[in-house]
Amino acid sequence: MEEFQVINNYLMIKLPEEVDHHQATTICKKADHYILQQNVSNVVFDFEDTKFMDSSGIGIIMGRYRKISCFGGKVYAIHMDKKMERMFDMAGLNKIVEVLE
Amino acid sequence: MMTQMNEQKNEMEISFDAVSQNESFARVAVAAFVTHLNPTMEEIDDVRTAVSEAVTNAIIHGYEKRDCGKVYLHCRLKGDVLQIEVMDKGKGIENIERAMEPLFTTRPDLDRSGMGFAFMEAFMDDLEVESEVGKGTTIRMTKKLGSSAWVDSED
Ligand SMILES: Nc1ncnc2c1ncn2[C@@H]1O[C@H](COP(=O)(O)OP(=O)(O)O)[C@@H](O)[C@H]1O
Ligand SMILES: [Mg+2]
Repeated sequence: MEEFQVINNYLMIKLPEEVDHHQATTICKKADHYILQQNVSNVVFDFEDTKFMDSSGIGIIMGRYRKISCFGGKVYAIHMDKKMERMFDMAGLNKIVEVLE
Repeated sequence: MMTQMNEQKNEMEISFDAVSQNESFARVAVAAFVTHLNPTMEEIDDVRTAVSEAVTNAIIHGYEKRDCGKVYLHCRLKGDVLQIEVMDKGKGIENIERAMEPLFTTRPDLDRSGMGFAFMEAFMDDLEVESEVGKGTTIRMTKKLGSSAWVDSED
């Protein structure tokens, strides 16, 4: 299961083991609730538990970026594996998301 | 020569409701179908990604999430080559060339990224799309599996 945590101005999202369209629907809904209700301006996606991702994961990040970037917020990603990085690069997300270590 | 005569063949066909819970089911089914070939972790993961993209497209674009259709998944193994067919009888694609462009999506409102076809193309060896508006869409993909297969052919 995905987990959400708000620390100061940051929404931390620990993504589930499998990030597909089925999971993405709820993740987007919950994330937007936090972004709107709790006024967070930055979002951190943590892939530590994630073993599978398809293009739905790219869509989650693009959508959240669109929601927060107009207010000057930033998007971060941590614990990505090689394949996720390749998918990020192909979609051009490496230009808008700061990938941490 | 021997390898040709012993070339294995296997086939499986399933159909399931176009609901999002079945996306993971389809990935697991295809991964299980090819395990005896001893594919690498990367190969299995690439196949799982491609299957997920094609099945998800059938569900959300083909049937537009109306939960009222079936997705048909057909896999064939010829030796170490896996052929996957994903078919829906949904709304079809108007402009296939444009649909296949990276980042093109007709549903940004559903948080789609438009990277589905790009990933199918990148993670499989070959991709073919056949579609007719109002009739449905068929995706055909192939991938050679088991990088260790060369061990058998030392004649
Ligand atoms: N099975 C399908 N039936 C109808 N339209 C499809 C199908 N698959 C793909 N498409 C169309 O092609 C576009 C691109 O697909 P894709 O690259 O997977 O991106 P995404 O799914 O993120 O939109 C979709 O937005 C949709 O318009
Ligand atoms: Mg898609």
